[in-house]
Amino acid sequence: MSHTHYLTDAQADAFGRELDAIRDEIKASLGESDAAYIRRMIRIQRGLDIGGRALLFAGVLPPAWLAGTAMLSIAKILENMEVGHNVMHAQWDWMKDPKIHSTTWEWDTACPSDQWKHSHNYMHHTYTNVVGMDRDVGYGILRMSPQQPWRPWNLGQPVYNALLAGLFQYGVALHDVEFERVLEGKKTWRDAWARLKAIGRKTGRQTLKDYVLFPLLAGPFFLYVFSGNLVANFVRNLWAYTIIFCGHFPSGSHTFSESSVENESRGRWYLRQLLGSCNIKGGKVFHILSGNLSHQIEHHLFPDLPSNRYAEIAPRVQALCEQYGLPYNTGSLARQFGTTTWRVLRLSLPGGQSLEPQLA
Amino acid sequence: MADDRLPAATLNSARWLQRAAGALTWPLNPSDYLGALFADTPGGNAVVERIGHPTPDAVTLTLRVPRGFPRHRAGQFVRLGVDIDGVRHSRCYSIASAPERDDGCIEITAKAIAGGRVSAHLNELLRVGARLQIDAPAGDFVLPEWLPERLLFITAGSGITPVMGMLRSLDARGTVPEVTLVHAAPDAASMIYGDELAAFAARHPQVTLHRVYTRAQGRFDVSQLDAVCEGWAGCETWACGPDALLQQLEDHWQQAGIGARLHTERFRPRVPQAGDATAARVQFLRSARVVDGRGDQPVLDLAELNGLSPAHGCRMGICHGCTATLKSGCVRDLRNGKTFDEEGDLVQICVCAPIGDVEIDL
Repeated sequence: MSHTHYLTDAQADAFGRELDAIRDEIKASLGESDAAYIRRMIRIQRGLDIGGRALLFAGVLPPAWLAGTAMLSIAKILENMEVGHNVMHAQWDWMKDPKIHSTTWEWDTACPSDQWKHSHNYMHHTYTNVVGMDRDVGYGILRMSPQQPWRPWNLGQPVYNALLAGLFQYGVALHDVEFERVLEGKKTWRDAWARLKAIGRKTGRQTLKDYVLFPLLAGPFFLYVFSGNLVANFVRNLWAYTIIFCGHFPSGSHTFSESSVENESRGRWYLRQLLGSCNIKGGKVFHILSGNLSHQIEHHLFPDLPSNRYAEIAPRVQALCEQYGLPYNTGSLARQFGTTTWRVLRLSLPGGQSLEPQLA
Repeated sequence: MADDRLPAATLNSARWLQRAAGALTWPLNPSDYLGALFADTPGGNAVVERIGHPTPDAVTLTLRVPRGFPRHRAGQFVRLGVDIDGVRHSRCYSIASAPERDDGCIEITAKAIAGGRVSAHLNELLRVGARLQIDAPAGDFVLPEWLPERLLFITAGSGITPVMGMLRSLDARGTVPEVTLVHAAPDAASMIYGDELAAFAARHPQVTLHRVYTRAQGRFDVSQLDAVCEGWAGCETWACGPDALLQQLEDHWQQAGIGARLHTERFRPRVPQAGDATAARVQFLRSARVVDGRGDQPVLDLAELNGLSPAHGCRMGICHGCTATLKSGCVRDLRNGKTFDEEGDLVQICVCAPIGDVEIDL
């Protein structure tokens, strides 16, 4: 599939200029209220974190355990998505606050931030949905595009998919090691080993905190704290997996070949981001809990604009798409997640070409 | 400051506690959570205690510094981070108070600069209780450990501030040597610290004060040196003020063959004009390379053309994988013309081109 179908070169350039104008306008309007937004979000997240962990110490009482686990789950979701993901995207670098900056932020998950910034900000956001370049297309273990050749072990895909969802933070952590590229000889073992060691150190500290220190601090209530932390991490994993897979793989989303991005203009880069990304409809709280990745299209067009602005940009982008006759993929969580899961199941079998959008 | 008076055992257990707390709050610090729980302290670690206006276009701030803040040397400056419209701007200000001051506060004085966003904010919008981010004192425009017998100070405008810190320190230590001070301002009403300097000179007969009012008397220049300070060449001299004055003094001292006796301090670098094809020069500090280029070439391209290979990613300004620290000078984002000219600005070198002389920490 190529994204030259939709627009001529001149149209793509014009489309790109319109998006550039939106970007410049939002950039110029950033100010005090935006800064207050991210600081408030960080404060809410840390408050929930402290409150959740405190309640878990009283986890012998079932309501306290439930409330504590729920609060900690939400704290971890906010920390990873609306705060961590977006801060590391440099969305808040304009404030020049060294404490809320992409170069200094480390997040509460197994993946070291510097590796994530490489595999995500660079590889995934530059080469979005390009099969063979964007490793988010299946994380090296799933066949997510009919352009990927089918192998017999893809039959186990439904199982790998379930494991990836439950262990998502570790899947993300191992992302930048790029095992399959090491096996193909495109990357050295030494490089992979250095990355693995860093992941080991980070995962060790995460494990120590959630599964040893906090439970020990609770003394006789060790198991309540341990289980609460385990569930919170699990809930966060499932949620992050759901939102992220719905970002690029619902029905109607495009994948691309390596040759289609050679000498790609800025306008065509924008177009590919649009065609490869999908939004999820929902309310304000849902958008925040998704890290505003429910506005995946806007996020991919403007990865370093603050997430609190995506909602106001969305109708403008949608109108622009209408004007240029371009698809704008949005739907309910049920629709987007349902068709994504169908794609995982369908592509475990050979073929599946019908999953790619058919061009008129 | 307080730490070195505590017994070692207390210190050790405090360190151990800190480590344990750090493991619980990983990857954050305990203080990050304390801030969320108790006081939200956006803006910074120093509190504005008092605001005064010594002249109509200057503001004197008394800042309460955080506990454990390192003691400065008289004449040093601090970098202040000021949040304006959600953006932290950094500027350097000399500390005008003596290091001997022991109420946990320091004093700075900032003059409003035409078109200066930060100085205007400090002068007009800042309120008592506001917070500013303060970094450790720095700078080598300081008094030596062993005081020379005769000192000469030449200052103009807000250039008096570091020297004020030195004089107050000498006063506090009770060791005021023979001092000649030339301080220039447009008129008496706009002279910063004019009254305090007069009182200081009145208290110490060995201090000679020359107040120069440039609106009536014209600018101070080197031709008047002999008149204000006989044997100036034998004095250790500190000068702070506009670039033109400092340049003149430096030339004069060089010609006299005593360049090492003159200490100068500048705060406002010359900002060159932006232009696509203008010649530019980039210094890559860590790799100790100087590269000539043009104002329309991204810094990353310049580095690579000259054999360097800085870390980078998308080459189109979206992934922030090439972010580097600007140490001095000015760069321009080629996408929208936005310029960055503050020391410590983190800039995307794949889309930023140099304007004039630029130093990058790469």
